[in-house]
Amino acid sequence: MTADILEERKKSIISSDFCCQGDGSGISCEKESVSGAVSQRACVYCGARVVLNPITDAFHIIHGPIGCSSYTWDIRGSLTSGSDVFRNSFSTDLKERDIIFGGTKILEAAVDEVVAKHGAKLIFVYATCIVGVIGDDIEAVCRAATEKYKILVIPVKAPGFSGTKSQGYKLACDAIMKVIAPAYDGSKIPGSINILGDYNLSGEMWIIEGYLKKIGIKVNATITGDASMQTLQTASKASLNIVQCAGSSTYLAKRMEEEWGIPFIKVSFFGVEDTSNSILRVAQAVGNEEVIAKAEELIQTESSGLQSFLDKYKPKLVGKKAAIYVGGGFKAISLIRQFNELGIETVVVGTQTGQKEDYDIIRQLSNSGTIIMDDANPSELETFMKEKKADILVGGVKERPLAYKLGIAFCDHNHERKHALAGYEGVRNFVEEINLSINSPVWDLLD
Amino acid sequence: MLDLTPKEITERKALRINPCKTCQPVGALYCALGVHKCMPHSHGSQGCVSYHRSVLARHFKEPAIATTSSFSEGACVFGGGSNVKTAVKNIFDIYDPDIIACHTTCLSETIGDDLNTYIQQMDIPTGKMVIHCNTPSYVGSHINGFFNMMAGFIEYLAEKADICNGKIGIFPGFVNPGDMREMKRIAELVKADYIMFPDTSGVMDAPITGRYSMYPKGGTKIADIKKLGAVRRIIALGEITEQEPCMVLKRKCNIESDIMPLPIGITNTDAYIMSLTRLTNAEVPYSLEEERGQIVDIMLDSSAHVFGKKAAIYGDPDTVLGIAALVLEMGMIPKYMLTGTPMDSFSKKAQVLLNKYGVADQCQVKAAGDLFELHQWIKNETVDILIGTTYGKQIAKAEDIPMVRAGFPVLDRHAHALQPIVGYKGALRLVEMILNAILDKQDRICADEDLEIVL
Repeated sequence: MTADILEERKKSIISSDFCCQGDGSGISCEKESVSGAVSQRACVYCGARVVLNPITDAFHIIHGPIGCSSYTWDIRGSLTSGSDVFRNSFSTDLKERDIIFGGTKILEAAVDEVVAKHGAKLIFVYATCIVGVIGDDIEAVCRAATEKYKILVIPVKAPGFSGTKSQGYKLACDAIMKVIAPAYDGSKIPGSINILGDYNLSGEMWIIEGYLKKIGIKVNATITGDASMQTLQTASKASLNIVQCAGSSTYLAKRMEEEWGIPFIKVSFFGVEDTSNSILRVAQAVGNEEVIAKAEELIQTESSGLQSFLDKYKPKLVGKKAAIYVGGGFKAISLIRQFNELGIETVVVGTQTGQKEDYDIIRQLSNSGTIIMDDANPSELETFMKEKKADILVGGVKERPLAYKLGIAFCDHNHERKHALAGYEGVRNFVEEINLSINSPVWDLLD
Repeated sequence: MLDLTPKEITERKALRINPCKTCQPVGALYCALGVHKCMPHSHGSQGCVSYHRSVLARHFKEPAIATTSSFSEGACVFGGGSNVKTAVKNIFDIYDPDIIACHTTCLSETIGDDLNTYIQQMDIPTGKMVIHCNTPSYVGSHINGFFNMMAGFIEYLAEKADICNGKIGIFPGFVNPGDMREMKRIAELVKADYIMFPDTSGVMDAPITGRYSMYPKGGTKIADIKKLGAVRRIIALGEITEQEPCMVLKRKCNIESDIMPLPIGITNTDAYIMSLTRLTNAEVPYSLEEERGQIVDIMLDSSAHVFGKKAAIYGDPDTVLGIAALVLEMGMIPKYMLTGTPMDSFSKKAQVLLNKYGVADQCQVKAAGDLFELHQWIKNETVDILIGTTYGKQIAKAEDIPMVRAGFPVLDRHAHALQPIVGYKGALRLVEMILNAILDKQDRICADEDLEIVL
């Protein structure tokens, strides 16, 4: 097969029977996209914005022209049980004269306005591409405002060109540390944990929190799904961090380990196997025998409760083939396992920001013929999905219409998911969605 | 919902809250998708194009392709020349378009990249083309991006000729493919030999086939854009959106234009048809007269339900002006007219329209506004219906106001991009949506004894 794959791209695709790095030398990842590619990827700013956005009572001021603010306005589907301030879009909407004369005055005034008129207690100020170029000193503005108002005004220097989306995740984690640190007093709440890297899409954080409460584990801070400044500031009191989205939050977990000695474990609440394992591991890490017993009981009840459900759907799904194209490597790994549970073989796996160790695990989990790619573009996805005869694609907004055009079913596992996909409830929703899309009667009309 | 918004309106000097516009490049990208076998290219960092493609995919529920120069820090220091040259080579090698349409971003504008020079230095395969336009995100809105890209195509491609080719050029404005189809259908009914540019029908509303085509069947052909330089006249729909492209075409090829409102509502549709028939000398066919009669009939039948009702209309300038015209024809009052696009001509044209109906003193108009302010206006004096983009839905929920979605972007509904709001058919559709929204709310909140079967 001589698919139209750019030379530069071949290093980012693993395949044993096609053109690319089938020689075992590993995948090329964590790099910027090739110029001219129809990349599905976003930028540094996007990475920082998506991680911080769900903090419900924060004012997110985007310093730059209007685009960066409007494209990220209320798109995440993170649910809140408190304030809905974060669902508004705040920006400095820079104009031509600001580019010439500098935008710091505008930014100062914007910060003054959110404090004076809206009583802001926590403000994130994002520097976009252009601010990085014209050299506005947003750190100085934030420092001055912090002193003036005695509130937290935190700079997030995220010009889009300054790296990849993962770089943005790191910046967000650093910003979160700046929220937590002032409240650190050395005290602990024994046996309590923080949940990192869950954004409460469709209320998923609440599902996970619910399981942990049931088995007697106290959750301090949820980072950042349904978080508030007040809950974030309890984070340093936890005795364990559990990390759901490893791509965005492992760095934060490592920093909290360094600063406050909080150990962390990586978990995943996608699929029966991963959910059960994760609950048990959390219980073992922080709980006593009673907690562990409760965890085992919960796992037992929930998974056996799912059995008849899965038995009902499995015949409709066994033997189907799946393609996965998601943001981070850890989610891809969970999805492969989840598809395995359903008797669905994963034939194509790609991520936008997966890391080397993720790809190593993906290779171990996959069959030899499975295509593995980093930062895939639509034509590569198309080529390999067709070649491998995928029945369903799991991806995000840009992949949905592509899949449908190809006559392939689709499940959104990104911001636009319509149902919670985490935990045991999530397994039900996921299987129902997969089934609904693969077995939709509309496909019969296509010929 | 939106608990933050206070009723009291105070002046804001710096803060933009809940915008009613986005930046230039997405408009440029949408315009370029309306050219057959064209690859839109964003000269900036990779995040921009990812956002633009996402918002277009969300609005149209279609794949929206575009490439990027993928700026790194190095490109910002040394310029993006080598990025765009490598990009163009890669694009022709892999995606094989006939033409690449580059637009800039705030980043490449600010570092002073000169695409003109870069393009001249490129090794472009025979028969292929690269064009560009400047779309600094810190000027105007996506509407500017759209017309700047139109102007860019015209600058590069339109060919002046001594002999007129007899065709009529139609510039559709920033509208959905469903609107473009309706404009073309009307043009065909009055026997116009036309070129529509740009034309996203057949691209952003392409049917499912089981195959993915990067370049669907639709889009204005390059040869036709060249011919724009020798058409009889341009009928440019969208008084604000189409000024620039018409000016460029006049300057370059001395082509005259009728710049007129988007054909939304009866009067504006009449004007579009008259403008066409003046050139074709064709009779207006009975089928069109019948459509007109039908919609006017419905407007009369339903008048009692909407007469005097107040609407808040927000979105892109020409769209808001068009919808306001229809709303006035229905006997309603466009209490608030707001666009995020910073153009004074919007306010002037809105005032003219409102004066014509003698309601200017009851209405408030603003360009360069935002939805936070619109919400504040509504908190002070409410309206019976919201008409505009999806971003008004938070206000609709907070204030329990029925809402009709129209314009760009509509991110939370389906099929809207395939249906017109222009022409008599579009008027019929808008009137039906407005009536349904108002009557549905009335049925929902009225006392049981007031619920009527026949309305």
